[in-house]
Amino acid sequence: MENPCSSTAHKLLHDKIDPIKIGLSVSDRIKAVESKVKAFARVNPSPSWNKGKLAGIPTLIKDNICVKGEEATCASRILTGFKPPYDATVIRKLKDAGAALIGKANMDEFAFGSSCETSCYGPTHNPWNLDRIPGGSSGGSAAAVAADETILALGSDNGGSIRQPAALCGVVGLKPTYGRVSRYGLIAFASSLDQIGPITKDVEDAALLLSVIAGYDEMDSTSVDVPVPDYKKSIVKDIRNLRVGVPKEYFVKGIDPEVESAVKKAIGVLKDLGAKIVDISLPHTEYAVATYYIVGPAEASSNLARFDGVQYGLRAKDAKDIINMYTQTRSEGFGSEAKRRILLGTYCLSTGYYDAYYLKAQKVRTKIREDFERAFKLCDIIATPTAPTPAFKIGEKANDPLSMYLSDIFTIPANLAGIPAISIPCGLSKDGLPIGLQMMAKPFDEETIFRAAYTFEQSTDHHTKRPNL
Amino acid sequence: MPLKKVSGYGNLYRMKAIDKKTVQRVAHLARLEFDESQLELYSSQLASILSYIDKLNEVDTAATHPTSHPLASLKNVFRKDILKPSLSSDDALSSAPAKDGGFFVVPPVIEGK
Repeated sequence: MENPCSSTAHKLLHDKIDPIKIGLSVSDRIKAVESKVKAFARVNPSPSWNKGKLAGIPTLIKDNICVKGEEATCASRILTGFKPPYDATVIRKLKDAGAALIGKANMDEFAFGSSCETSCYGPTHNPWNLDRIPGGSSGGSAAAVAADETILALGSDNGGSIRQPAALCGVVGLKPTYGRVSRYGLIAFASSLDQIGPITKDVEDAALLLSVIAGYDEMDSTSVDVPVPDYKKSIVKDIRNLRVGVPKEYFVKGIDPEVESAVKKAIGVLKDLGAKIVDISLPHTEYAVATYYIVGPAEASSNLARFDGVQYGLRAKDAKDIINMYTQTRSEGFGSEAKRRILLGTYCLSTGYYDAYYLKAQKVRTKIREDFERAFKLCDIIATPTAPTPAFKIGEKANDPLSMYLSDIFTIPANLAGIPAISIPCGLSKDGLPIGLQMMAKPFDEETIFRAAYTFEQSTDHHTKRPNL
Repeated sequence: MPLKKVSGYGNLYRMKAIDKKTVQRVAHLARLEFDESQLELYSSQLASILSYIDKLNEVDTAATHPTSHPLASLKNVFRKDILKPSLSSDDALSSAPAKDGGFFVVPPVIEGK
């Protein structure tokens, strides 16, 4: 029998594997590989668990989600020592389901980044090649799943922060529809974009984890009061007559040829499985990154105003007055990418620039949303690459923020439109680096995503490949 | 005026490049401070990001409404004004860098005489 740590939650639960054995296997694996991968911000040495839907299943939590009494820093110096006095709603639901919370995952500082390099703890390494980035911002969550250091993980996705690291680490990552999962207790980055979602080893586990965390919550006024379907029923191997849209704007110059060929091959597999391939157009795709880099930083600069040394975390010493204390605390506490985004956001919201930048971006956002509304009249699902390239080298883009921002070019549109999107493995580059296939669907239609992703996954062997560590 | 109208582009605008003085002004608004070399770095990086963002001016949005969040049906969300248990002040103060009794302690807000 394989080690429990390399298995999936649904198999472990189905085979009634003793949670103590699972816990030992995962903790041995962490001891063996964590010094190389550095996926954790903090390991919980003695996680508790209970009976329930996820009884004893090791689950890793991104460090921007609050667990009562356990340090949550968003990988930022400014939140050093902050221990939330309450559980996020997703954490309460995981605890109610009996999951074993094994620690907090490393991430880009405040989720600002696509490489996990902006963390105050230092970078996480890609388990497939330790010189490479794992993607970001949920890089710790994705790397830990790929390295078998956990069974399940939660990430958050604001411009691709679940899907891009899932693609680069060869695992499954789902950004649910905006409003599907409560964000109460998620430390906010951009409130009109953020969504919590699962990072797992296969599609069935993503459906299982979403079924635990989804649903309306009166503590989050942006969660939507619609029934949560039984996602287990979407774990069906059948996509006959499913209309798969392929947008020409996602196969353009600049995309890595190996990514292009792996994704086109995957679309061929969907066709062979009975799907109808439809050519579609999302004409405003090329404006998504520019739109996002106004909306995201503008909202972030406002959300991060609360970190001022008064209520929690770091406070600069010897400040002479309160303004000086704010300024020193924030200048010492935030890293360089956080400062860059705060500056950009503040600038775009400041007098004289609001209409030209923020309002303009909100209008282009409408155009991007309308592109999807038109496209979904012609198809049920849209298939694209998740990221334009496989994992790049640590340090490669650190001094070029714009080129880093462009690595989210295919994932950002789903956040701007609020639609659900998944990344699943669809091949390896000749250097042995994972490539991801992204599938997007209409709002609240995670079921079609699960069905299409499961059918593809079970008809191929990409999800069974694991890195040699 | 920070913006100037570009003739022939309808309602489109061209944005001004960002300089060190502007970065300093924005930094003050955001309660951040930088040394000379950081100001240099951020002004050049922000200028290149903003010039990329200028791309948006190619899109005609004269008749387009802004999207502030993706949930078109969501309007103001109100709850009933009912007293419910919430965090105790001890819990709320538990991570405070400085506190006294039920209060956060901060440096002087107004200079005393």
